[in-house]
Amino acid sequence: MMRAFFAILRRDLALSFRAGGGAGIGVIFFLAVVMVVPFAIGPDQKLLSQIGPAILWSGALLASLLGLDRLFGADAEDGSLDLLLLAPLPLEVIAFAKALAHWLATGLPLVIAAPLFGLMLGVEGKASLALATMLFVGTPAIAFLGLIGAALAASLSRAGLLIAVLIVPFTIPVLIFGTAATEAAISGTPFGTAFKLLAALLLFSLVIGPVAAAAALRIGRGT
Amino acid sequence: MPKTRGMKIGDLANPNRFLRIARVAIPLCAAASAVLLAYGFYRGFHTPAERDQGTVFRIMFVHVPSAWLALGIYSLMATAALGTLVWRHPLADVAQKAAAPIGAAFALVCLVTGAIWGRPTWGTYWEWDGRLTSMLVLFLIYLGIIALWRAFEEPLQAAKAVAILTLVGFINVPIVKYSVDWWSTLHQRASVFRLDGPTMHPAYLSPLLVCALGFSFLFAALLMAAMRNELMRRRVRTLTLFAAREAH
Repeated sequence: MMRAFFAILRRDLALSFRAGGGAGIGVIFFLAVVMVVPFAIGPDQKLLSQIGPAILWSGALLASLLGLDRLFGADAEDGSLDLLLLAPLPLEVIAFAKALAHWLATGLPLVIAAPLFGLMLGVEGKASLALATMLFVGTPAIAFLGLIGAALAASLSRAGLLIAVLIVPFTIPVLIFGTAATEAAISGTPFGTAFKLLAALLLFSLVIGPVAAAAALRIGRGT
Repeated sequence: MPKTRGMKIGDLANPNRFLRIARVAIPLCAAASAVLLAYGFYRGFHTPAERDQGTVFRIMFVHVPSAWLALGIYSLMATAALGTLVWRHPLADVAQKAAAPIGAAFALVCLVTGAIWGRPTWGTYWEWDGRLTSMLVLFLIYLGIIALWRAFEEPLQAAKAVAILTLVGFINVPIVKYSVDWWSTLHQRASVFRLDGPTMHPAYLSPLLVCALGFSFLFAALLMAAMRNELMRRRVRTLTLFAAREAH
């Protein structure tokens, strides 16, 4: 079972990094969001450093939603989704592997890029470390919640915007506790409660995401 | 074994029987709603003005029932989603589809009346307070459900996909309900459904409950009418598909 799990993980990672799967595009989109905000509110360095973590969080959220329609869409088109459904591996495990690969290819680069982009918004030193830590816990939660939307829309041909509309309401708690923990950590106040709730959301999404996604995939394929 | 007489919930599973019942029940519910709302609003407008808010508090007779219904309809939809996935009840997804736009409308009414009420009393139309935000999230989930319904072509496939989304979204309902106790910032705490009994003055409480009942009957009438339309729409779709196949 573990071998099959890692095989799916390797396949999806290879696809997103090599075959024009667009692993890097999320980071570029993230940069674009970060770049747009200072234009919109003006280059006030003090204000920017105040709202910097919030901009980076919303940018990371939007960038995480970007590739979700390809998560199952590409497999549904070329028929490999049918093979995955026939595989002896539980569908929940397959969904977990695919979400993990998706996060490694699109979420983790955002976490690594965030401190760098943070410099442009006046988020430095301890603050950027805090931000990266919180994003490291928060972005997988977003990816595993997004998995549900991706699975629901797997059999639809024009699913891109629909998935974002479906998933954004469910990611609001991640954003609330993620930004709360980040702000607290930056200002030096205890961030334990918000961080624990963020971690709880991650654990919750790790369970409910694959289970709901597997159910949605079975329905979509009429089995 | 003698056949049991009387109505069972299972009898409603037959769409034809549902249509027969709906033909009688829709006008009855609509009439009950009209009478109750007229009486409730009349009583509500003849209560003494509130000490701090003057007369603006009367928007409560629309705002509070809408909020209750927005949450109640979502709970009903979640039950119907279980009915689709677990019991495969043939009318559950019809009810779910019909209820979604009505629930979204009540959520919107709740948000808009809340904003109108908030301006003179809190001094702001909108505040990112726990309850306001979670009600907005509920409204967005309603819109997402409606969008997903429209994305699928095959009603039965759509029904199951929407059922999963509805069940996942049900997590938000207790969050809305208890948000005022968890993040007590601006919106007042529950003053009707409390363990130690309502804290609202009876002069306001009884018209409020009458209005809530009136809105509930309005919802029942709208729901059954929308379900009837949906059943008709599916019949038309099936007949059109048949006709297209015949013509081939």
